[in-house]
Amino acid sequence: MTEILTMSQVSLNFGGLTAVSSVDLSLSEGELVGLIGPNGAGKTSIFNLLTGVYAPSAGAIHFHREGSTLNLGGKKPHAICHAGIGRTFQNIRLFRNLTVLDNVVIAAAQNQPYGLVASFLHTPKQHRCERETRERAMELLRIMDLADKADELAQNMSYGEQRRLEIARAMATQPVLLLLDEPAAGMNPAETASLTELIAWLRETFKLTILLIEHDMSLVMNICERLYVLDHGVLIASGTPAEIQHDPAVITAYLGEEVADA
Amino acid sequence: MARILPLLAKVVAVLAVYLVVQAMIMTGVVDDYILITMVTICVNIILAVSLNLITGFTGQFSLGHAGFMSIGAYTTGLLTMHYPTWWAFLLGLLAGGAIAAIIGFLVGLPTLRLRGDYLAIATLGMAEIIRVLFLNFPFTNGAAGLSGMPRFVNWTWLYVFTAGTVILISNFLRSMPGRNLIAVREDEIAASSIGVNAVRAKTLAFVVGAFFGGLAGGLYSSYFYFIKPDLFGFQKSIDILIIVVLGGLGSLTGSVIAAILLAVISSLLQPFPELRMVIYGLILVVVMVFRPQGLMGDRELTFSAMRRLLPHRWREARP
Ligand SMILES: Nc1ncnc2c1ncn2[C@@H]1O[C@H](COP(=O)(O)OP(=O)(O)OP(=O)(O)O)[C@@H](O)[C@H]1O
Ligand SMILES: [Mg+2]
Repeated sequence: MTEILTMSQVSLNFGGLTAVSSVDLSLSEGELVGLIGPNGAGKTSIFNLLTGVYAPSAGAIHFHREGSTLNLGGKKPHAICHAGIGRTFQNIRLFRNLTVLDNVVIAAAQNQPYGLVASFLHTPKQHRCERETRERAMELLRIMDLADKADELAQNMSYGEQRRLEIARAMATQPVLLLLDEPAAGMNPAETASLTELIAWLRETFKLTILLIEHDMSLVMNICERLYVLDHGVLIASGTPAEIQHDPAVITAYLGEEVADA
Repeated sequence: MARILPLLAKVVAVLAVYLVVQAMIMTGVVDDYILITMVTICVNIILAVSLNLITGFTGQFSLGHAGFMSIGAYTTGLLTMHYPTWWAFLLGLLAGGAIAAIIGFLVGLPTLRLRGDYLAIATLGMAEIIRVLFLNFPFTNGAAGLSGMPRFVNWTWLYVFTAGTVILISNFLRSMPGRNLIAVREDEIAASSIGVNAVRAKTLAFVVGAFFGGLAGGLYSSYFYFIKPDLFGFQKSIDILIIVVLGGLGSLTGSVIAAILLAVISSLLQPFPELRMVIYGLILVVVMVFRPQGLMGDRELTFSAMRRLLPHRWREARP
């Protein structure tokens, strides 16, 4: 399998605090990989590094696509999105005052740019792009089971719906690599189960590579093929879910020293 | 077909307003005094709608809109004083808008790193610098300003430019580059994550907003044939901001309604100068207390919204 993403010796410092410390991580095309670890381990920080919210303090991040390699370190978030990486946010970041449909339309439109003149005059080209964008957005809403909420404001959605809307919005940019930050947080077990299926289906259908952060072990153990475990910014283990479950370092990190010693 | 009919309805409505007022002017129902109020309304609509683009839709707090207006006013004023022709007037409007847009771009760049109050202070400073420049340029006649430029603005031009501005900006906001501005206002980090270049979006808002601000200034100077730097000071920027906030940040129709409302109230109160500012202020306080989001909030008064007010059987009678 070909590698799509490589992080080598990546670190991120906030003043004196090292949030991410010399992390090596790689993803192959089409993989579904989990990133787990206790609170404050640095998981979200890794997403922020991958999507250009922060530039790495040290190390390199390479994104490989269609035979060429792109150095993501120091790239702006919008450029990284255009390169083919989409993401969702742990603390949901929707366009709250806009409709569900507009949230997705704005993202979908980024792939169909037209000039300023067309946007002021609403030329036929603008209308065509607009219609196609809308259709693609509606299709994604149907997939995420949000089509009947298309005209409602994003802020009026339930928690689970907002999380699904974030995935729809990220998908609308047509990414090849999708980063999901705790997609099941706040969902009940039934919602989590159907989300798990949905994520697997998305990967299959859109030939996605997915890296996801999740605390819900039922989701992680169900669909992740590989896991990375992070603790205090350091990668302490990686492997299949079965291997990870029995890794002493992981058990220590999650349950504390005493339990592991006992 | 589904698109043609609403479009036709809009064209008819826009034309109807023009023709009705034109008829009233020709029959003398609208006299010169009322016309002055209408010019004020139209100029303020353009100013408010363009500031709303920057502050309401993009979320960039700007206190310098009068600065852009003054650039257009002086450009058109100077051009038509030296070349009192129609084409110089039209060129003046476009050039004034273009120069304001360039300044908007330059202002946009460094201020993009700033947010909220800091940005407001920076734009305020920008407008002050522009004012001081107009006070000191060798060709702008200092504090006394320019007077005696020919009047080219009549109701037709005024309406073409006002309706044109509202339609163009409304189109812009219902297209991809315009919606990117709204996305940046809503959540800059999320907008960037879906590929929106936030710096470009904010700069674009300032460029487009400044262009139409300059255009409004050109219309103003050509109708009132007297301009001086003090007309475009802090107070004017605040006046424009008040219209925007009163109408609703993020509502174009709100800006239009507020511009009309405030001008009408202000001219009705003309005979009571001592009460005028008190009542004006009182209205603002009352609206802000009971409707802090402004008259329209971020909603628009659209044709489809108005149709919802009609009785049911009327509503069904459309394709
Ligand atoms: N912008 C920031 N400035 C300073 N410190 C930060 C910043 N962002 C994160 N941190 C710190 O970096 C560490 C890692 O945070 P991060 O959000 O990546 O953890 P996480 O693994 O996602 O945790 P959680 O499971 O709670 O989401 C934490 O100690 C956090 O306080
Ligand atoms: Mg996190």
